[in-house]
Amino acid sequence: MEMRRRFRRISVFTICNTLLMLAVCFITLYPMYFVLINSFNAPEQALLGTVNWFPKAVSLDSYRVVFNDENMMNGFLVTTLRTVIGTVVHVLFTAIVAYGMSKSNLIGRKVYMKIALITMLFSGGLIPTFILMTKLGLYDNFLVFIIPAMYTFFDMVIFISFYRTIPESLEESAKVDGASDYGVLFKIVLPNSMAVIATISLFAAVYHWNDYYQGVLYIRSQEILPLQTMLYKIIAENSMSFMQQQAMAQFGAKLPGNSIKFASMMVATLPILAFYPFIQRYLVKGVMIGAIKG
Amino acid sequence: MFQHKTGQIKTFLRQWQLQSMVIPGIVWMFIFCYIPMFWLIIAFMDYNIAKPMMDSPFVGWKHFQDFVTDDRFWRSIRNTLGMSSIKLILGFPIPILFALLLNEIRSLRFKRTVQTISYLPHFIAWTIFGGIMLNWLGEGGVINQLLIAIGVQDREILFNSEPKYFWWIAFFSDTLKEMGWSAIIYIAAISGIDPGLYEAAELDGAGRWQRMWHITIQSIRPTISILFILAVSGLLGSNFDQIFMLKNNMNMKMAESLDLYIYNMGLVSGRHSFSTAVLFARSIVALGLLFLANFSSKKLNGEGIF
Repeated sequence: MEMRRRFRRISVFTICNTLLMLAVCFITLYPMYFVLINSFNAPEQALLGTVNWFPKAVSLDSYRVVFNDENMMNGFLVTTLRTVIGTVVHVLFTAIVAYGMSKSNLIGRKVYMKIALITMLFSGGLIPTFILMTKLGLYDNFLVFIIPAMYTFFDMVIFISFYRTIPESLEESAKVDGASDYGVLFKIVLPNSMAVIATISLFAAVYHWNDYYQGVLYIRSQEILPLQTMLYKIIAENSMSFMQQQAMAQFGAKLPGNSIKFASMMVATLPILAFYPFIQRYLVKGVMIGAIKG
Repeated sequence: MFQHKTGQIKTFLRQWQLQSMVIPGIVWMFIFCYIPMFWLIIAFMDYNIAKPMMDSPFVGWKHFQDFVTDDRFWRSIRNTLGMSSIKLILGFPIPILFALLLNEIRSLRFKRTVQTISYLPHFIAWTIFGGIMLNWLGEGGVINQLLIAIGVQDREILFNSEPKYFWWIAFFSDTLKEMGWSAIIYIAAISGIDPGLYEAAELDGAGRWQRMWHITIQSIRPTISILFILAVSGLLGSNFDQIFMLKNNMNMKMAESLDLYIYNMGLVSGRHSFSTAVLFARSIVALGLLFLANFSSKKLNGEGIF
């Protein structure tokens, strides 16, 4: 009797728990599914409102509008360039600084570390940073995406702790062969740090791809406006974009803004979804490294 | 002493390569971190962005007096603390609960799949996720359809145009987006627990809930306390990317957090010095909270955060 009751209670728990986990999967996947089906919904159907499960009539019209839109494609290019250049510069710069910092015989190391640590505790914040960017000529300049994002303390610490796990004998034997510090870093240390480089690159790339706020703050010219900032303007400020006006003209009033919104949201997310398997593998690893570090 | 100094200079010159790796980093920090810190001084001036800083007159604590007598400032404090408290009280246990329940799933494959799916929304930009939320909360949106279908309300509500819903919109959308991601750290901590403990407890006749309480939760308690302390020290912060996306003119009364207030005053209204005074005061309080957090972490775990 006792045994049976316990057995039954456990199985009820298991069923409920499994259902709960399935529900979690559903509510996390549904938002993107919702965007997907509505982006494929035919424009004349989209006029009647959004659909919840299936498009009423499948059509690629909204995608045609997005891909034919020069501004949108330019935004896509800006974001891609920003992501590639920003990530490479960030990883390279942080990796090099971290290598110097990882050497315990470095003269001034303690002072350097203090200087770096203070930046974690105290910062100028939005307005002084904004003024600085203006004074440096980075306002409305593509480099505003790259230079201020070159370095983070957190990534430097991750690099340093990873470098420490590389056996010193590897570096020493290269030194004996007459390699310079730069030689050791680029020929021995970095090739042995691929796991951490991948992790930090993906962190940086996701940041660059998803960030819209830097564009809102600093960019005025259409030619260097990132895709996400454009989306912000279309969705949150509800401004009739050039794209939508053009579409209205092209399709008459038949194509409501909504289905184009969803198609552009889909286009802006596709790279993230495509890289998701890598992202989740390396980023989870990265979080672990960060968690162990404290 | 003198010889020691010259020895250091010699070593410094000999390691010029290493130094040339680090010094650009230090220069970067000076430009992008220390100069803005120095620029906080404009909180005490009537700063004009078009002129050199030294041409601006010092005005002492004027801007500080101005903001403490500004109702909108206190409103933004209320909003920040309100949203942070909901997130802390209701939101903090959710990832822990999720990690605990996920841990009870026997099938390793199912467990992995659920976990992988659960943190997908973390990587979706707030522009996209916020866009979906705005659509769902609007006229004919999914939320209205659902609430009408289950009989909670009998007509459509434009949730995002009514200020009273904003804190809850912020809480639920943030939870939906970040629950799985926040759970990672707990899942990692749980996976580090020695399975022998569970086996021993099972032999002693401990049931599922007893094992969960006495082994799992006790083992991850240090992780929980560190994250809780960090969350408390972040009370004055807000998820700017999210709020900036979901705010509008109609819900601003409840949506304007301290961050958004600083943005609105400084960059929309162009009151640079005034906003910097608010920033300055907030930085001091935040620094205090951080040290308090570090201190309590040392007390609780014998180890500080930094």
